[in-house]
Amino acid sequence: MIIGLAHYLAVAAILFTIGVFGIFVNRKNIIVILMSIELILLAVNINLVAFSVYLGNLVGQIFAMFVLTVAAAEAAVGLAILVTFFRNRGDIAVDDASMMKG
Amino acid sequence: MALQAIAFYLMAAVTVAAGFCVVSARNPVHSVLWLILAFFSAAGLFVLMGAEFLAMLLVVVYVGAVAVLFLFVVMMLDVDFAALRQGFARYMPLGLLIGAFLAAEMVLVATTVSSQGAAGHSEGPLASGKDSALSNAEAIGRVLYTDYIYFFQAAGLVLLVAMIGAIVLTLRHKPGVKRQIIMNQVLRTPKTGMKLVNPNRGEGIEG
Repeated sequence: MIIGLAHYLAVAAILFTIGVFGIFVNRKNIIVILMSIELILLAVNINLVAFSVYLGNLVGQIFAMFVLTVAAAEAAVGLAILVTFFRNRGDIAVDDASMMKG
Repeated sequence: MALQAIAFYLMAAVTVAAGFCVVSARNPVHSVLWLILAFFSAAGLFVLMGAEFLAMLLVVVYVGAVAVLFLFVVMMLDVDFAALRQGFARYMPLGLLIGAFLAAEMVLVATTVSSQGAAGHSEGPLASGKDSALSNAEAIGRVLYTDYIYFFQAAGLVLLVAMIGAIVLTLRHKPGVKRQIIMNQVLRTPKTGMKLVNPNRGEGIEG
């Protein structure tokens, strides 16, 4: 049984689908939505690394590092916005957050 | 090779199961813990592929920083999480439908690509770069600090902007708290800091 590229791509595809599913199912809970986004980015990273190793080209791993950087920045800013939102409104139900409409 | 297959299936199954538990757990704290497990087993997959440096990065950055940040925020916010889960059953069919569509599309693309596309003959084992004498971290460093140095700097800038943004967003000035204002201290001179008064007897100096 040889574990090839297709196996890793399958794992990444399943993880990506789970992430998208999580966004749609937990539409009120923005914390779980942020975690689903992290899962999606993890799936993307698995894809990048799998192709990088398969093609023998390190650029894929470097790009995965940049994805990791942006994911960390996104989590930090997203959670900061969430904390500010919670302080202003007292809850984090995002489905009736329409303050920006004025 | 059989050992590699066993390790792959074990870690892939744990990754997928933990990912599913992240989106379906009742308690967000449990979700974060499942997320940590998913990251750990994904790091194991990276090691299996031969990308050790990225695996360690995943453990340090995601488990050490991002997941702890999530845990901190989940525990800091005093939210009724049961109320947030009310639409779960209602949104389930839509989520399943979209998930099924997405999975079908990706299976279609994957089968097409692996049979006749760029990744044809993808059945062979992954070459883990062991032919070169360099370790994975050293090879990445040689590429990252030469050809991609500007991107590396830009990534640092992104992190700096994110850090400043997060601090600015969550900083708040409470009224009624005495703070040190360094500018006023530095600008103080004998002329402004000292005053000679000649008080009348029986009266105070200043109200």
